[in-house]
Amino acid sequence: MDDLKAKYLGQIADAGDESALEAIRVAAVGKKGEVALKMRELGKMTPEERQVAGPALNALKDEINSALSARKAALADAALDERLRTEWLDVTLPSRPRRQGTLHPISQASEELTAIFAELGFSVAEGPRIETDWYNFDALNIPGHHPARAEMDTFYMHRAPGDNRPPHVLRTHTSPVQIRSMEKQGAPIRVICPGGVYRADYDQTHTPMFHQVEGLAIDKDISMANLKWVLEEFVKAFFEVDDVELRFRASHFPFTEPSAEVDIRCSWEGGQLKIGEGDDWMEILGSGMVHPKVIEAGGIDPEVYQGFAFGIGIDRLAMLKYGIPDLRAFFDSDLRWLRHYGFAALDLPNLHGGLSR
Amino acid sequence: MKFTLSWLKDHLETDASVEEIVEALTDLGLEVEEVVNPADRLKDFTLGKVIHAEKHPDADKLRVCKVDTDEGEMQIICGAPNAREGITVVVCKPGMYIPGLDITIGVGKIRGVDSYGMMASERELELSDEHDGIIELPSGEVGDRFVDWLAENDPAKVDPVIDIAITPNRPDALGVAGIARDLAARGLGALKIRDYTPVPGEYESPIKVTIDEDTLDGCPLFTGRVIRGVKNGPSPQWLQDQLKAIGLRPISALVDITNYMTYDHNRPLHVFDVDKVAGHLRVHRAAGGETLTALDEKEYTLQPGMMAISDDNGPESIAGIMGGEETGCTGETVNVFLESAYWNHVQIALAGRALKINSDARYRFERGVDPEYTLEGLEHATQMILDICGGEASKVVVAGKVPDHSRAYKLDAERVQSLVGMDIPESDQRQTLTRLGFRLEGNMAHVPSWRPDVMGEADLVEEVARVASLTKLEGKPLSRLTAGIPKPVMTPKQRRQAMARRTCAALGYNECVTYTFIDKAAAALFGGGDDATMLENPISSEMSHMRPALLPGLLQAAARNQARGFMDLALFEAGPAFHGGEPGEQHSLISGLLVGRTGPKDVQGASRPVDVYDVKADAEAVLAAISAPAKVQILRGAREWWHPGRHGKICLGPKKVLGVFGELHPRVLQAMDIKGPAMAFTIWPDEVPLPRKSGATRQALELRDLQAVERDFAFVVDAEIEALTLVNAAAGADKVLIEDVRVFDEFIGGSVGEGKKSLAITVRLQPTEKTLKEQDIEAVSARIVEKVAKATGGVLRG
Repeated sequence: MDDLKAKYLGQIADAGDESALEAIRVAAVGKKGEVALKMRELGKMTPEERQVAGPALNALKDEINSALSARKAALADAALDERLRTEWLDVTLPSRPRRQGTLHPISQASEELTAIFAELGFSVAEGPRIETDWYNFDALNIPGHHPARAEMDTFYMHRAPGDNRPPHVLRTHTSPVQIRSMEKQGAPIRVICPGGVYRADYDQTHTPMFHQVEGLAIDKDISMANLKWVLEEFVKAFFEVDDVELRFRASHFPFTEPSAEVDIRCSWEGGQLKIGEGDDWMEILGSGMVHPKVIEAGGIDPEVYQGFAFGIGIDRLAMLKYGIPDLRAFFDSDLRWLRHYGFAALDLPNLHGGLSR
Repeated sequence: MKFTLSWLKDHLETDASVEEIVEALTDLGLEVEEVVNPADRLKDFTLGKVIHAEKHPDADKLRVCKVDTDEGEMQIICGAPNAREGITVVVCKPGMYIPGLDITIGVGKIRGVDSYGMMASERELELSDEHDGIIELPSGEVGDRFVDWLAENDPAKVDPVIDIAITPNRPDALGVAGIARDLAARGLGALKIRDYTPVPGEYESPIKVTIDEDTLDGCPLFTGRVIRGVKNGPSPQWLQDQLKAIGLRPISALVDITNYMTYDHNRPLHVFDVDKVAGHLRVHRAAGGETLTALDEKEYTLQPGMMAISDDNGPESIAGIMGGEETGCTGETVNVFLESAYWNHVQIALAGRALKINSDARYRFERGVDPEYTLEGLEHATQMILDICGGEASKVVVAGKVPDHSRAYKLDAERVQSLVGMDIPESDQRQTLTRLGFRLEGNMAHVPSWRPDVMGEADLVEEVARVASLTKLEGKPLSRLTAGIPKPVMTPKQRRQAMARRTCAALGYNECVTYTFIDKAAAALFGGGDDATMLENPISSEMSHMRPALLPGLLQAAARNQARGFMDLALFEAGPAFHGGEPGEQHSLISGLLVGRTGPKDVQGASRPVDVYDVKADAEAVLAAISAPAKVQILRGAREWWHPGRHGKICLGPKKVLGVFGELHPRVLQAMDIKGPAMAFTIWPDEVPLPRKSGATRQALELRDLQAVERDFAFVVDAEIEALTLVNAAAGADKVLIEDVRVFDEFIGGSVGEGKKSLAITVRLQPTEKTLKEQDIEAVSARIVEKVAKATGGVLRG
């Protein structure tokens, strides 16, 4: 029996492929194989002999079977290794191309603003880009002869002959949305109104269309000190800095009183802007306490309610935050610019994860 | 508005430094735009004395000078003819910057002799154009700072010039006197009130003035007088210096005096040459059509109702805006009529705008000058003319009277504090107003005549706040509207807009923001360009019409990028388009544009030209992202800028169009300069119905245990049969069992025959109760073949 074992294990170890193994299997442990033939001889044995030979034969069968499957696995492994040796790819070849889309910085900055002001309870209001003379000017305490009208470089819409209404305008600011929001919601109210606005001006630093966000908060006890706090909090959150210094400077807007222009402390070094440090001041927005006439034009009683409003250039904020040098390029759709300054689809700004990467 | 420090000090007694004044001005709302302090560029130069001068050994025109300076004796080679022993000079030592030469002087060797620095001429120090010789001072000691010498002896040369921006509400600050008043209110000094002594008239004015009854509302007051025997030469140096410092060119004494009054007290004046005036002056309204040549030498035609000042020859002045050339003063003028009138600001603004004249007078009158100063200004100017030009003044002629400007508003000290959020004691509030010229009676503040902008209580708050200084304002937290976690603030439409944007970006499109106005031709290609959406005053013909769609802007962007060599483009925009010229005649759109190939040519061979099915997939993805229903119809018949055979409207019923996708019409592309075909989609997000359900709960998920079976069918149909018709027919064969029908192959012409095509579909059958047997499947298959045949005439491909 030991001869048998040595013979077959030797053959298995020498087998070069699966078919050789199969031949060995048939010859050894197949139905008519040598082991099976030995099994048949068990019947002719004495019980004593059988008691020894039976288990030995079974053990031999198991041993041969395991050797067969072990050898089979080893052969398969060797074959796979051999195949893999030939399967070589140049992984330095470029990956399969996939288009990378981007979001425009104005969209991104607008969503950032919205996330911040939502936290302070401001909802988002929108209004038409073509406005009536009344909403754009009169309701905001800018009567027809007011020099501010001429200074705003207003775009007017064409009037059909015979239509004697004052011409509509392309809104020169987002402030008319203040009026529309007050009319619609009454007081108390907290809204921001982001959107495109227009001035007939085109040079190095001006484009005939740009974007503003208007903020309005009206309640019974809102003060200019609250305005300053809101703007400080906003600027810190938007520029993602721990501290920031704002300077309120008395100014004049017909629709607010008192009015203030707001400067931010910053430094310019080597063309790089840093917010919150340095000795320069940069004007970033106009603001003030809403003029009683404006509150009244919005259908709210100015004897009872008061509040603040502000207007910020969204494009300008984006330029400052992301270091974008030229406003005109915002509207040029140069693919290189869109890719360079754009944002990935999943760069979703929020306050829990942070506004920017 | 520019002024010099010395001019300010004519009106303000102050020891404040330029820096303090500048900071206060900005803080008060008179924003300082620029300060030019000539002393800054001269501060290093000191005086020296030439102690010895001799001819240069190798140059006839050069002198070798020994100059005594604060750093000892220096040798300087000088070519100036006046360089000689004994004179006091301004020394520029090596290393100093010479502003007029724009160089830093060093130690040099001139024809073999060392020279340490230079002695400066006036031009080299930008003091004047004088360059005939070096500066030779009549006084001063060696080592004195030149700026100190100038401050002492020629202060105009080192007078700081401050330029401030004036907001439209502050006409009073268009005069130096008004600026001084603000600074005094802030506590930076005491306001100097100029004496007001009327000049006695020595004779009756030969020119009388009348104001028409219908013009009194526009010109309530007109004062004037004749001054005869004046000599209109150059004005005195001090006056020329002041005017030059603020950027005005001295012209003649009379003109300079009126300019001075304009800037000193915001009091525009006009001077007529009496000898050119025919008869008397009449202030009246133009009938319309009158013409006159104004001082700017341009001819203007008056419109009906505009105010004019006329003599017997007709209009001689566009009232309050610009005088006429005919009766203007020249160097030969001897007898003048000086006008100081008060014009209504609204009427001046409207007339000035209509005539398109931007004069200094208009600028000031339309903001509002001080009506009470009309006569006083005339008297001040008279005195100046007499002092400078000589002559004899007539008695004053006055027509009309000072208009009633009296008004008073309640100072509510508590309201001021509540609005500003700053602790400003009532006494301080009252003091501020008083210093600004308000007269307080109890808590009623009477507004001074020079503040036309103060029209209510809110204006008092502003005055108090700005003088108290908003810089000092401390922020106070704004209380939350509600306790707890803030509610979402975006409306469903706003969220959709944001989702659509991010989906487009995720699909590989680059977002553009293009101008919402485009040229007429491009607008017309997309159904716009009519007069209703036209701008009256576009800045260019490229931006004349509000866009009827986003695609023209995107196509223009694509053309620009193609011109830069970028041929494969995926651009999108989300924003408003305009279907009319009234507010609200705008609608939200999202458009995507694909041009060129799906990507650059690549080793995997994935790059291929973009096609209609790309934009279809993208349109569907965007619609899915904004929760549009999955079951839609695809119809044809969109607008003319789409390829007639290669587009589809994604609809919920024939009238509810959610979007369009397809190839753009080649003619449109050609007109827009696009190379190659372009695929696009447009979605109307506001047409997508808002979901009816509220809450976030999903429908329960039903998972079938029984295995689904798929069967393929190929049908031969007429070529124009649409796949969707076939799919819908097949799906209708058994609405319970058939879970999905997909087209997986289309084969046109060839073996299936001319005008025919083969469409192959996979039908997925999902049993619900028992495993399907072969006969069940065959029964459904037969129904499918029958339904398809009925709907399309198609037969199974053999």
